[in-house]
Amino acid sequence: MGRDIALSIRRDDAIAKISGEAKYTCDVKFENMLYGKTLRSKIARGKIKSIKYPSLPEGYYIVDKDDVPKPNKLKILKSDMSVFAQDVVNYVGEPIALVVGEDKEIIDNILSKIEVEYENIQPILTLEEGLNTKEPIYGDNNLFADYVVEKGDINEVKNRASYVYEGEYETGYQEQFYLETQGIIADFKDGKITIYGSMQCPYYIKNALLDFFKADSDKIRVVQLTTGGGFGGKEDYPSLIAAQAAAASIKCKRPVKIVYDRDEDIEFTTKRHPSKIKLKSYLDDNFKVIGMEADIILDGGAYASLSEVVLQRAMFAISGVYNIENLYVKGRAVATNKAISGAFRGFGAPQAFFAIEIHMEHIAKKFNLNPLDFKINNLIKRGDKSSTGGTFRDEIKLKEMIKRAEIMSSYNEKKSRFKEERKEGKLKGIGMSLFFHGGGFTGSGERDHIKAKVKLLKKIDETVEILISNVEMGQGAMTTSRKIVAYTLNIPIEKVIFENPDTDRVPDSGPTVASRTTVVVGELLREAAEELKNRWNENETLIVEADYKYPEGYEWDGDKFKGDAYTSYSFGVNVVEVEVDSITYESTIKNVYAVYDIGQAIDERIVKGQIDGGIVQGLGYAGIEVMENKEGRFLQRTSSDYIIPTSKDVPYIYSELLCEPFKYGPYGAKALGELTFVGSPPAYALSVEDALGLEISNIPVRPENILEVLRHGK
Amino acid sequence: MENKIKFILNGEEVEVLCSPVKRLLDVLRDDFNLSGAKEGCGKGECGACSVLIDGKLINSCLYPAQMAEGKEVLTIEGLKKSRIFEILSESFIDAGAVQCGFCTPGMIMASYALLRKNPNPTEEDIREGLSGNLCRCTGYNMIIEAVKMAAKRGEGLW
Repeated sequence: MGRDIALSIRRDDAIAKISGEAKYTCDVKFENMLYGKTLRSKIARGKIKSIKYPSLPEGYYIVDKDDVPKPNKLKILKSDMSVFAQDVVNYVGEPIALVVGEDKEIIDNILSKIEVEYENIQPILTLEEGLNTKEPIYGDNNLFADYVVEKGDINEVKNRASYVYEGEYETGYQEQFYLETQGIIADFKDGKITIYGSMQCPYYIKNALLDFFKADSDKIRVVQLTTGGGFGGKEDYPSLIAAQAAAASIKCKRPVKIVYDRDEDIEFTTKRHPSKIKLKSYLDDNFKVIGMEADIILDGGAYASLSEVVLQRAMFAISGVYNIENLYVKGRAVATNKAISGAFRGFGAPQAFFAIEIHMEHIAKKFNLNPLDFKINNLIKRGDKSSTGGTFRDEIKLKEMIKRAEIMSSYNEKKSRFKEERKEGKLKGIGMSLFFHGGGFTGSGERDHIKAKVKLLKKIDETVEILISNVEMGQGAMTTSRKIVAYTLNIPIEKVIFENPDTDRVPDSGPTVASRTTVVVGELLREAAEELKNRWNENETLIVEADYKYPEGYEWDGDKFKGDAYTSYSFGVNVVEVEVDSITYESTIKNVYAVYDIGQAIDERIVKGQIDGGIVQGLGYAGIEVMENKEGRFLQRTSSDYIIPTSKDVPYIYSELLCEPFKYGPYGAKALGELTFVGSPPAYALSVEDALGLEISNIPVRPENILEVLRHGK
Repeated sequence: MENKIKFILNGEEVEVLCSPVKRLLDVLRDDFNLSGAKEGCGKGECGACSVLIDGKLINSCLYPAQMAEGKEVLTIEGLKKSRIFEILSESFIDAGAVQCGFCTPGMIMASYALLRKNPNPTEEDIREGLSGNLCRCTGYNMIIEAVKMAAKRGEGLW
């Protein structure tokens, strides 16, 4: 292994994927395997009065609430969701039963003959309805979470502010649209359930099933198969499918496979939380933002899922990269009768950064300030306090990064040139966003809940196997983990082995989420490799372990939301350039420039892949990915009308790294995966705003909405 | 109703007994155990099931088996044996064009179909040629780079 860890190496998983030999869940067949298909609620909210099942042909089964242990609740963070609807349904598509058998056509035929009789209840479909309902879906107040974060003294600021500015911002749904749809196979044999499938978090599934089936730890095993993308969508949802498939396998005494159709996956699985955010800023006479009040409302859908932690991340990010000393942030996650909102790359941060970046730009415009100067005047620097009163301990390179982005994109020159070109009818615009992402779990999650453990196994042939529960899902975890270990041990990369995790073999190093695999698990691997190096000659075979240790000097109070919400921050600056058609108001993205501080890059090509992929997903979110709900159903619910970017929708992306290493990350690495998503939505919206000379406060930015604004004003 | 359908699959004459409207994708995956073509959407939107029929790129999820009668079907498993595949796969690896991999066999087939028609494509041509194949991981640019690389490395072969 060479001495520059950033130099790219060949991905070991690539050739099997290219040649079609890699086995995804849809490709795996077991002997005697049956298929399961889901019977789903047709209504948004109601009671199930009766279900009439047709008589079943030999070898076909119905699996429903009567086939699972009481109380039929799956534990994600809260235990509010049934595995099969018990007696109520809370969204269109909520699973009621599985039809299981050998032939998919016969299964479809059976599904079409099942009659479910409902008693309709008025559904809650909007945030307003959810906040004011007398018939809550969840708890007494219909909120999955209701938090306040305070810093300084907002009331004191109100008295001395010279200027006040208020704005409201909205973001929509987004579907992960991983290319491989959800899929799980359950095999119940000799009293033990084995789950195979597409997933991010093998131990989340194992723990959810242990709780659900009240099983002993050695009776549930989870094995990840090649996973075709996750982006958060395979964080919690696979636990639900796994519980259903397991119940089916127990009943049918055969392996049972569930693979979703694309349209089923689009319409019914978890999505990014829509948001409505109000911000009110107080400024002094030098246009320093001295205080801000925020009200963040997230649409959580029908069940709690991960809404409370998504909300926390949104709240902690709401002051953006600005040093605002007095804050009052209110946050609520509202239950509605729609598909569950869950994890999606960024996890609440994209909603918050969209709001604050647009807000800052609008403040500058309102008071005739240069937006970039105004933002720079308010930037955080090392030693400043975060929204939760934690300390930014490391050097913050944002000013240099902005300078670099300005040079790369000719920002100032284009800003004035486009102004001239607009006078001649060419609607060109350019926008810049500044952002960060906190690495790893929020607060003390790593210390108190995850408690990650890794193992390295030295074998007799002097190869070293990595034993962790983090998965390769496309992001390159297999390669970066192997590089860290090979580099530390100073052995060839070929000597380091990474197999898809199997909970019977690997310890719980935590889920593959929150951009934590490199920064948190990678550091544990480095520590374990360091120890293995020292003990290398002790024995022919060796097992070395490392456990997570909370870095010294950091503090977090999870009840009061005080202290260091994150131990490391990665930063970014994005510039997007668009041209808007003067008749149709459709935008073409002309150029994208990006500068990131991700600490030490572990593999430059993998980093570039994350940057490009994250930016393009963000551009889709801000531009073309529209998902609206009408009367409980999504209007865009198939791959024909929920549109994601194609190769023709994006330009080349110019990106650079300008990095400040992190003491507690492997070789200085910080979080990367989610950061790359966060900046492009506001940069895109600001470029369209620049091109059209109007204020944009909602994404996705749609031509029909622009027309509306142009006709009727804001 | 089932028909006997004869076609050439990856260079070999084959025969299958199936419904004439069975999707070619299912014929490949179920009857011939060729799982390189993937079902990403089942609606011809994503291109993960791309194969070549008589040299032309098609979505096998929309293609009724009967229509393959007498034609030459090439899948990733057939292409794999060729020098062309070596060039494409090396280029995809070197350019970092593979992440989750679910779209990749389809992308390779689309790239091959493009380069057969147009051995010296411009960036614009490549974006057009791959526009029927969705990828959610890479943002496409590294795939486009891979195709440019392959075009150069395989000069004279296409």
